[in-house]
Amino acid sequence: MTIDQTENSMHETHSREVVVANEQGLHARPADLVAREAQRWESRIEFVGKAQRVDGKSILDLLTLAAEEGTRLVVEATGPDASEALDAIGSLFEQKFSLNEENTRTHTNKTKQEEQISGDSAGINTAACEGATGRNTNS
Amino acid sequence: MKFSDFVSVDAIRPSVVANSKEGVIREMTQSLVDAEKIAVSEMDSIVKAIMKREDLGSTGIGRGVAVPHTKHPSVSRLVGTVAISEQGVDFESLDGEPVQLFFLLVSPPDRPGDHLRALENISRQLRDDAFCKTLKEAGGPQEVWRLLEDADAQSIAS
Repeated sequence: MTIDQTENSMHETHSREVVVANEQGLHARPADLVAREAQRWESRIEFVGKAQRVDGKSILDLLTLAAEEGTRLVVEATGPDASEALDAIGSLFEQKFSLNEENTRTHTNKTKQEEQISGDSAGINTAACEGATGRNTNS
Repeated sequence: MKFSDFVSVDAIRPSVVANSKEGVIREMTQSLVDAEKIAVSEMDSIVKAIMKREDLGSTGIGRGVAVPHTKHPSVSRLVGTVAISEQGVDFESLDGEPVQLFFLLVSPPDRPGDHLRALENISRQLRDDAFCKTLKEAGGPQEVWRLLEDADAQSIAS
């Protein structure tokens, strides 16, 4: 880690509550997006879940939360850009990590239909009810 | 969700032959067929689904580990297996490093919790560098299985 933790500790800690709102929970793909976002900021970023505190910049750490849909987590940021970091991370959660949208803005521009077939967050095509009921569409 | 709940000891491959992403995925899926955990008629469909998932974003999550996975209607419970590549395979990982440890998961479509809990267990154990190292150096499927069982026993104790 290149961040000087002593320097970060001189700043106060900001915190914010986030909710895991996507159906499949915080699995590998959203964990990757969160970790990448957290890495953009200088501040130390930690997620506090049920009896554990994990490094928000580490995908493996985030996956240990096993956060299902509906889980509330507290994100803490300590450092010079703590407030902005929390805004960015909070926004990621609010947008459900931009998954299940028509054209995802992050890794790929695959269509929602292709994403369904992939068997990822939308589930494989037996989750046909998703299209029918209109769940997981743009929020 | 302990390793013993979802890893099929008969499907463990401590020295994969394949040296490409699809090759490893195919080899691991074949091992699940051989262990009779998935139907041979579903093999192509499952490999295709796993590769489509990879297209969305590599499951090479860094530190020499990958967790290729898919949901599939042909399984009624989560099944998985472990494979190890001594020389490492290019998996387009997030940290750019080759992957040596593979955990492949196939889960029923309606149980996201099981998948998450399996990922939780895998990630918790893999945070331990010593565990990763020992796993990569395991000599055969039984040794890998013992290491996974030990990890299960320790996580209950802690």
